[in-house]
Amino acid sequence: MADRPSALAAYRALVGSRVRSQLAYRTSFGIDVVSSLILACAELAEVYVLFHNLDVLGGLDLRAALLVFGLSHLGFALANAVAGTLDTMPVYVRTGTLDVLLLRPQPLLTQVLAGDVMLKRLGGASVGLVTLLAALGAQDVDWTPARVVLLVTTPLSAAVVFAALFVAAGAVQFWLVEAAEVTNSFTYGSAYASSFSSAVLPAPLRLVFAFVVPAAFTAYLPTLALLGLPGPPWLPGWLGWCSPLVAVLAWLAAMGLWRLGIRHYTGAGG
Amino acid sequence: MNRTRGTGPVVDVRGLRREFVVRTAAGRLRRQRRVVRAVDDVTFALRRGETVGYIGANGAGKSTTIKMLTGILTPTAGEVRTCGLHPVQQRRTLARHIGVVFGQRSQLWWDLPLRDSLRILAALHRLPPAQAREREAELVDRLELGAFLDQPVRQLSLGQRMRGEVAAALLHSPDLIVLDEPTVGLDVLSKERLRVFLREEHAAHGRTLLLTTHDMDDVERLCERLLVVDRGRLVYDGDIAGLVARVGARRVLVVDLAEPSGALEAVVAAVPGSTLLGVEAGGLRQRIAFSPAAVTAADLLAAVTRVAPVRDLSIEEPDIEDVVRRLYESTGR
Amino acid sequence: MHPVYDPVTVRVVAVLVGAGYRRYASYRAAALGGALTNSVFGLLRASIVAAAVTSAGGTIAGYDAAAVVTYAWVTQAVIAPVHVFSWTDVAQRVRTGDIAVDLARPVDLQLQFGATDLGRALATLLPRALPPLVVGALTFGLVLPRQPLVWVAALVCTLLAVGVSFACRFLLNLLSFWLLDLRGPVTLYVSVAALLGGLYVPVGWFPGWLRTLALATPFPSMVQAPADVISGRVAGLDLLGVLAVQAGWLVVTLLAGRLVLSRATRKLVLQGG
Repeated sequence: MADRPSALAAYRALVGSRVRSQLAYRTSFGIDVVSSLILACAELAEVYVLFHNLDVLGGLDLRAALLVFGLSHLGFALANAVAGTLDTMPVYVRTGTLDVLLLRPQPLLTQVLAGDVMLKRLGGASVGLVTLLAALGAQDVDWTPARVVLLVTTPLSAAVVFAALFVAAGAVQFWLVEAAEVTNSFTYGSAYASSFSSAVLPAPLRLVFAFVVPAAFTAYLPTLALLGLPGPPWLPGWLGWCSPLVAVLAWLAAMGLWRLGIRHYTGAGG
Repeated sequence: MNRTRGTGPVVDVRGLRREFVVRTAAGRLRRQRRVVRAVDDVTFALRRGETVGYIGANGAGKSTTIKMLTGILTPTAGEVRTCGLHPVQQRRTLARHIGVVFGQRSQLWWDLPLRDSLRILAALHRLPPAQAREREAELVDRLELGAFLDQPVRQLSLGQRMRGEVAAALLHSPDLIVLDEPTVGLDVLSKERLRVFLREEHAAHGRTLLLTTHDMDDVERLCERLLVVDRGRLVYDGDIAGLVARVGARRVLVVDLAEPSGALEAVVAAVPGSTLLGVEAGGLRQRIAFSPAAVTAADLLAAVTRVAPVRDLSIEEPDIEDVVRRLYESTGR
Repeated sequence: MHPVYDPVTVRVVAVLVGAGYRRYASYRAAALGGALTNSVFGLLRASIVAAAVTSAGGTIAGYDAAAVVTYAWVTQAVIAPVHVFSWTDVAQRVRTGDIAVDLARPVDLQLQFGATDLGRALATLLPRALPPLVVGALTFGLVLPRQPLVWVAALVCTLLAVGVSFACRFLLNLLSFWLLDLRGPVTLYVSVAALLGGLYVPVGWFPGWLRTLALATPFPSMVQAPADVISGRVAGLDLLGVLAVQAGWLVVTLLAGRLVLSRATRKLVLQGG
């Protein structure tokens, strides 16, 4: 029997065609990238305007706030590029395409994710990256090897957390069809919450956006850890070192919810 | 790799049941819970190489059974094994051994050329490249896909798309092919082409074919065996000839009268085993079904001629549609 | 141009408003989901601006904590009726060519879409505006006007805001006669409108140059104006001033829309549609 191609080759084939078709319409693609860039700039302007009126907000100065902003936006844009396609889940459920996907040898989630890689969302990633680098350049950080590792892994673990939220939002579609508006509240809500200091939030909200939805672990807490700052009550700065672990836990929880969703959809367990 | 060769049935279904809870509004605030049995205690087994038609009215439970056979729906009770595998628990493994064509849903990528869809599916099924190319060429040739292979699927006509779907489902040479209403919406020529291909595929490779359909022509041309479902229950399992014999073969006498006449209703009422099926052309053409066992064609014709002069006549043989309808009526509750 | 008091036109407008209303009133589940999102964002935005005011010593540009919190909640409440989101109804009709059908109708195109949009706004008013206000009142506490006259003014202000927003969105959609893909311009529009309209932070907080820029656009009339009126930030003559500015922008943007529309229809006719 001849060599069977690896499973990876299959995904490459699928994703490759998507990427090719996106790059084929270059002008349109360019416009999309620019517009996601502009959107990110508008959000950056918010931070700028706020700090025009004051020096410190939520225990962070402008440079630290930009660091949080940059990490959060970079992570979110990466997640959006890979997992943003999960917002087609309502369409799949409604048109019955989900059944077709279930009848293939691959896991359902992999197929949905491979359905589209949204390169255009990377426009926001560049704003995040530039802000991040600018903010770092303006700080004096006490660079230890541990801190360097944290800096490099934070955008990735942020991306994993946001991707987990996208997966959870997609999984909700198995129960509440057309629940896109409801899930926006925790996906885009967390994205927004993660882009500024959690110290401005009243305690109950702070806890929700740290331990129910780990928004604080994506950018704020790692920033505290990098800069060696103490945190607000209930969120000490050292928690920032735990962000990779939190990302893994978030992903596991999302996968569990996804599997439960499939079981519900196929009628197992009511 | 774990292929089911050998003696086991390709599909083995025992006491299969699937219930749905339907909530309807009863009055202003309260909601009533009603349990609907979409599939009710169905038992059958399909042997390797059979061609089986699964027919029934809308809502009779056909699609639900298909879903349970393929693993996308869990039965409420009963057992099902497909290709020797447990469909729900081993769904992804089973996917390698079955090919499913849904009439209403597409497994092709909408904005990509058909060729790309086939390539991607070959990769998803991890087919060795040489084998995949050979198989693709064979399917393209026999389904005549070459003319539109490079067009985006969304630009194809329904007939072209269905051929593409069938190719996609058969690319990995599955043991069992399941087609759920594949000819809905197709024109006569496309339907016939598809049937011819399926017959050839069955003859050449001995694949097991399970076809759900409304279309009696599909059944007559493709299926050796017939499973008829009515309101979730299996009411017939056997071949077409047996079905016709069971409900009693009825032939149809078509008479063209010299003048329109309403008198045939009285005739039909008087002659046992006959039914007035319909009246056309303002009463000039009338169709009467009759059971040869109860009355001969000659006697019926004589009875008609006594009340209305007949200019021309013809006799039609048993119509499957009619046969199935009478089967439903005989099991009516 | 069709005379406004033409009884046939008035009836048609009423029918279109009703149709728009009914169409959007059926999306109840989505509306509540959207209200949930608005409430979450309200919680976050209110926290940020409240903390900012505290950090700046109690007041920024005349907003104290209570005022700015109310502002944050009210902007979230009006965002849906005013529809500071992507809107491509006209562009989609242009892309499919169905716009020709709309243009052939005896009612002006801008009026058709405007009336339908008004219906949409009325349908979303309660399900999207009320929940955030309730949540805001229960969590942060809002400073809302007492006098009924102010509430009437607030309603008028919101309707004017809807009008200005519609006129801008309509104008934007007309670009589809020239551009194939409108997604980029739409995203740009939404980002800029949100920022300059005062959705993120009050326009009063902007640095001088940015404030000047914002006030040179119709965007503050869409979000900032209703927020200021409902929260009681502007009263008396100032309130009338705000309404006047809104009305002014409404006229300007509608006229601009008509100008571009006539250009667009001429292009359509010349090119054979």
